[in-house]
Amino acid sequence: MTQQTILLVSTKKGLFVVQGDAARRDWSLSGPFCEAWPINHAVADPKTGAIYAGGGNEWFGPAVWKSQDRGKSWTHSSEGLAYEEGKDPISAVWSLAAANGSLYAGVAPAGLFRSDDGGVTWRHVSGLQDHPTRADWQPGGAGLILHTILPHPEDDKQLWIGMSAVGVFHTADGGASWEPRNAGTRCDFLPEDQRYPEFGQCVHSIAMAPREPGRLYQQNHCGMYVSENGGVEWRSIEDGLPSSFGFPAAVHPRDPQTLYLFPLNGDSVGRYAPDGKAAVWRTRDGGASWQDLRAGLPQENAYLTVLRQAMATDAADPAGIYFGTTSGAVFASADEGESWQCIVEHLPLISSLETVALDT
Amino acid sequence: MPNETAPRPPRKSTPAESNAARVRVVLPGPLLRLFPGSQRELVLAAANVAELLDGLDARWPGMRDRLCDSRPAIRKHINIFVDGGSAALDTPLPPGAEVFILTAMSGG
Repeated sequence: MTQQTILLVSTKKGLFVVQGDAARRDWSLSGPFCEAWPINHAVADPKTGAIYAGGGNEWFGPAVWKSQDRGKSWTHSSEGLAYEEGKDPISAVWSLAAANGSLYAGVAPAGLFRSDDGGVTWRHVSGLQDHPTRADWQPGGAGLILHTILPHPEDDKQLWIGMSAVGVFHTADGGASWEPRNAGTRCDFLPEDQRYPEFGQCVHSIAMAPREPGRLYQQNHCGMYVSENGGVEWRSIEDGLPSSFGFPAAVHPRDPQTLYLFPLNGDSVGRYAPDGKAAVWRTRDGGASWQDLRAGLPQENAYLTVLRQAMATDAADPAGIYFGTTSGAVFASADEGESWQCIVEHLPLISSLETVALDT
Repeated sequence: MPNETAPRPPRKSTPAESNAARVRVVLPGPLLRLFPGSQRELVLAAANVAELLDGLDARWPGMRDRLCDSRPAIRKHINIFVDGGSAALDTPLPPGAEVFILTAMSGG
């Protein structure tokens, strides 16, 4: 039995599944799935092989879709995926995470839900909405979205989340109580003497290092950061990068010191690849130094944007790196970023990309 | 794709069909695709639009959530017409009413 790398590519017009051959050189596309609903994020549960896709439709509201046959057939549910009467209704699911037998969904307006029956029914993890800072949460450019969920790999009571533009929050008791973990991350959009608040940071993505769950990396609207204590304190690692702005962050599957970013030129000057030349930037020393990886990536007139959830690594050796663009292209590297090829073009806007290895 | 939720009993507000007006309801195509086995036209008993949605949900679990949000209100981009007039959840349904559920102009 061999394992096949599968990419889950969520777009504004449905989920696409991209399957690679054993060498990760030839790829085949299927989709769009989920009735071409806007899908913000999709994951696979490695234990069951089930694929979950979360999104929201302008007509029909939010839902989490599920396939147990690699996309051939789908079901959908939003049973329990709702705030109490009178509150602003949920518009869409923005993030999913499968861990420890549970499935989590982050939604807009920002909140967290949990399913213990494989996405059939959901219950509100209401402790987050009950946080005393809730009344002061402000939306980012994409709205008040909970876009990142990082479960602790061994302790099912611990969870980190990222919300725009609220920041990183952590729970150690399964979601009953939460604390902001933003110390050391900046808000360049606030007056100078208020740039390091307790919350209100515009986190774009957070990634957990392999084998070191306390080592987190963060791409923020205002800088790139690392934490070695689960987000209690963050330290800037943006020196050596072409800008302080970008959306995604992806960690190496085995090396906790290796991180991949896709810096953009800046928040007020277009938010695309600097000078129209696409590059993934890699550190192998926890952010002390950076290398730009360009071989095979377009270096002329490439005004690409990669959104917050749209870069991922696989678990193969050497590691594969993948990213999807807002212009609907997917680029892949099967050699840890040394060389790249465009494996899919002309998709709708890509919101997120995740990988899963499934038995064939 | 059938919704995975097991069939649920109608909500408490749903009347016995014999106690409410029987109305004809027409569902939009995009909604039918979400609930295989659902039908474009049907007749059911409901005293108002909310009860009608409950009746649909009893037949095809999950359908109410696709048409109505948690405020509760008819979703922003769903239009429901009762005998040609725009309706809300509490709009009464006279006997023999024709109810059209439509997807509004939306998207890009």
